[in-house]
Amino acid sequence: MRNFLSDKVTGLKPSGIRKFFDIVSEMKDAISLGVGEPDFDTPWFIRDEGIYSLEKGRTFYTSNSGLKALREEISNYIKRTQGISYNPYDEVVVTVGGSEAIDIGLRAVINPEDEVIIPQPSYVSYEPCAILAGAKPVIINLKSENEFRLKPDELLEAITDKTKVLILPYPNNPTGAIMEKEDLEKIAKIVIEKDLLVMSDEIYSALTYKNKHISIASLDGMKERTILINGFSKAYAMTGWRLGYACGPKDIIKQMTKIHQFAIMCAPTNSQYAAVEALKKGDEEVEKMRQSYNHRRRFLMNAFKEMKLDCFEPYGAFYVFPCIKEFNMTSEEFATRLLKEEKVAVVPGTAFGDCAEGYLRISYAYSIDNLKIAIERIKNFVDKLRNNS
Amino acid sequence: MNDKMRDELLSILEKNSRIDFKELSVVLGATEEEVLEEISKLEKENIICAYHTLINWEKTDIEKVTALIEVKVTPQRGQGFDHIAERIYNYPEVKSVYLISGGYDLLVTLEEKSLKEIAAFVSDKLSTLDSVLSTATHFILKKYKDHGSLINETSKDEREVIIP
Ligand SMILES: Cc1ncc(COP(=O)(O)O)c(C=O)c1O
Repeated sequence: MRNFLSDKVTGLKPSGIRKFFDIVSEMKDAISLGVGEPDFDTPWFIRDEGIYSLEKGRTFYTSNSGLKALREEISNYIKRTQGISYNPYDEVVVTVGGSEAIDIGLRAVINPEDEVIIPQPSYVSYEPCAILAGAKPVIINLKSENEFRLKPDELLEAITDKTKVLILPYPNNPTGAIMEKEDLEKIAKIVIEKDLLVMSDEIYSALTYKNKHISIASLDGMKERTILINGFSKAYAMTGWRLGYACGPKDIIKQMTKIHQFAIMCAPTNSQYAAVEALKKGDEEVEKMRQSYNHRRRFLMNAFKEMKLDCFEPYGAFYVFPCIKEFNMTSEEFATRLLKEEKVAVVPGTAFGDCAEGYLRISYAYSIDNLKIAIERIKNFVDKLRNNS
Repeated sequence: MNDKMRDELLSILEKNSRIDFKELSVVLGATEEEVLEEISKLEKENIICAYHTLINWEKTDIEKVTALIEVKVTPQRGQGFDHIAERIYNYPEVKSVYLISGGYDLLVTLEEKSLKEIAAFVSDKLSTLDSVLSTATHFILKKYKDHGSLINETSKDEREVIIP
């Protein structure tokens, strides 16, 4: 029989930490700090609206780009949080999570040979999506001494005459890094000069702990060259509802909607009705969750300080990214031993890019009681390693 | 301490009054002294009134019966409901007294060892007060949720162990 598989797909780099994931899934009684989704349930009033919409029999398709009411609420939300006006009729498309928006956004703009710049460490799907879209990914290795922010000289160095898209992954998974206004302004200047398009993944925009998140699309001259991606998974604790969106220039949104129409048809109807309520009435609940995350973030930072584990202070998302280079082990070795010896699961940094060797992603989407037990065990492990060396 | 942080402190303490000062100061991003000072201020101002523990008595061998009693009263000149409320809340077996809008005036919760004792309290003490016009007593059969906490259920983390 022939080999039926696509070379492009089989050629995608398999996740280097597959082995580690396999071990984790077999450990039943481990405490996990490895989860990239909220521990909160979706706020009840949102779930209630989902139930109500089912009771009302709203079980049909919606328009391809999403419920009109939802696109209007998304437009209102971006206006009130970022001051950017998107026309709900042709500058917004509702997708199956931010994930789909990343995928169709890249597919809508990439021609063969185009280069997509991806700063790493960052979320696992940018690189494969870029490759599947036919682009050549160009990786920027972000540096811990810059708190994993993207610096202008790093960007300039990565740009060639084939560069088309810059992916801007802030607030960042896995590092928790953010970009502040001065950082963004420098990047925007280069983007405009070099005539690039930015795909800004702002899925964690509601979860920042220093200043409010600022979108690069809100800077002068940037709205027309930015695909802004956001969604409901993180801010509203709605990961399982599979709902996100993209806002951008209408010619790009139109082509994205075309792919979405043929590949997906429309995002889940039930989730869309629930999301309208989330945007209308959710601010207070989001703020409560943000406060909780912030308490845990401070708790972990303090624990690492006491442990003398090197860790820059992250101001976004729900991750801390401590450095374990002092132990002369790879991230994967460290994570595997921590799992086997102390039964705590964390994610090796290398899951998010080769340059994250020597780091761990620790999620604080867990109760403080849970974090306390985990920290105790990590401390045991670290003490043991230090005493043996 | 600013108001925003004070509100955060209160909502943390409302859920967990046993949290220690050190942890409280860490999660709030304040010093231990600031937290201590604020708490003693809140206690003095009677904003923090007491520290309670939520106990599921059903799991012990101690008998407790709780009743909610709706009370209609005639308010007294010059004092409104406050005087009669005081007469009622002074009984130690009374757990709470609220002034209520709607069909009746006061909602009284009462905790006793048995139905009989509750009945005795209502007929001998409550109903005989001058300004009490009528009472309606409801017994609690089962508690599902109290003070924002579920009584019997503990929630389980059903997420996958590792998610990128
Ligand atoms: C940075 C980032 N972008 C996008 C996503 C995708 O989220 P969703 O498809 O649930 O909206 C995630 C999820 O972990 C993420 O961390």
